[in-house]
Amino acid sequence: MRKPPEPVQVIKQRRDEALTKLVGRVPYIQYLGVTFDRRGDELTAVLPYADKLIGNPMLPAIHGGVTSAFLEITSVISLSWATLWDDLESGELEGDSTAFRMPKTIDFTVDYLRSGLPRDAYARARITRSGRRYASVHVEGWQDNREKLFAQATGHFLMPQPRSDKS
Amino acid sequence: MSDKVNIARQFMEAIPHSRDLGMVLTEIENGVATITMPYDERLIGDPETGVVHGGAVSALMDSCCGAAVMSHPSNPGATATIDLRIDYMRSATPGQALSTTATCYHITRNVAFVRATAVDEDTDNPVAMATGTFTIEGQRT
Repeated sequence: MRKPPEPVQVIKQRRDEALTKLVGRVPYIQYLGVTFDRRGDELTAVLPYADKLIGNPMLPAIHGGVTSAFLEITSVISLSWATLWDDLESGELEGDSTAFRMPKTIDFTVDYLRSGLPRDAYARARITRSGRRYASVHVEGWQDNREKLFAQATGHFLMPQPRSDKS
Repeated sequence: MSDKVNIARQFMEAIPHSRDLGMVLTEIENGVATITMPYDERLIGDPETGVVHGGAVSALMDSCCGAAVMSHPSNPGATATIDLRIDYMRSATPGQALSTTATCYHITRNVAFVRATAVDEDTDNPVAMATGTFTIEGQRT
């Protein structure tokens, strides 16, 4: 006989705890104030507006470096989350701290399409290729209107290797 | 210290994000700019090693490229990033300040082309390199 499905609260709690742990470990994500909304396995990054993020006080506009950092954070977390997901669902994640290691950015190219307005920004990443060693990610950032991106980026990442390779 | 450097410093300090990260403009002349940023635990991207997040390196390089454009002898009035690519060649050593030098090597009426290198104390081995294009908005007279 099949096992009855887990209660939805148990599943949600497990997923949210893993996401909180993944994001909470990184000081720079905390510094920028980036948080993640989760719907199933889909993540949306949120960058709440703060005065310290301004790069052009005349316009005013968000600093280009902040935009780039926000998209890179979204990419790295989305990649880690995708690799974590299977283990999380099969219950193999318990006590495995290596699962929370981050991919390393090889290169990252940002298109600045519009100036970042002084309000909240959102981003979602799509993993276009995910191999054992390398991954390619495309990420889109928007503010008020999902159709009007203020920035997009493509990046390549080196995936963390399992520690069991080393003796 | 030349007036140009003074003005550029004040300009840097007027940028809230650059000020918050402690960026200091040390050189600016003829389309070349150098900016340093101290090591800061708030910028850590990998908690296991203490290595600074790539995003913080981006912020430094973007600022520096923009400053290089503004210092070009053709006197652009303002500039904005069109695109910026960063190659991360190695992890920055934890505890060390980062320094970026950007060069605006070509400029047209509408577009500026810039490249930049970021180093820590081991200046022979760059941490990251960047190439970018920037808009040219108006001209100062």
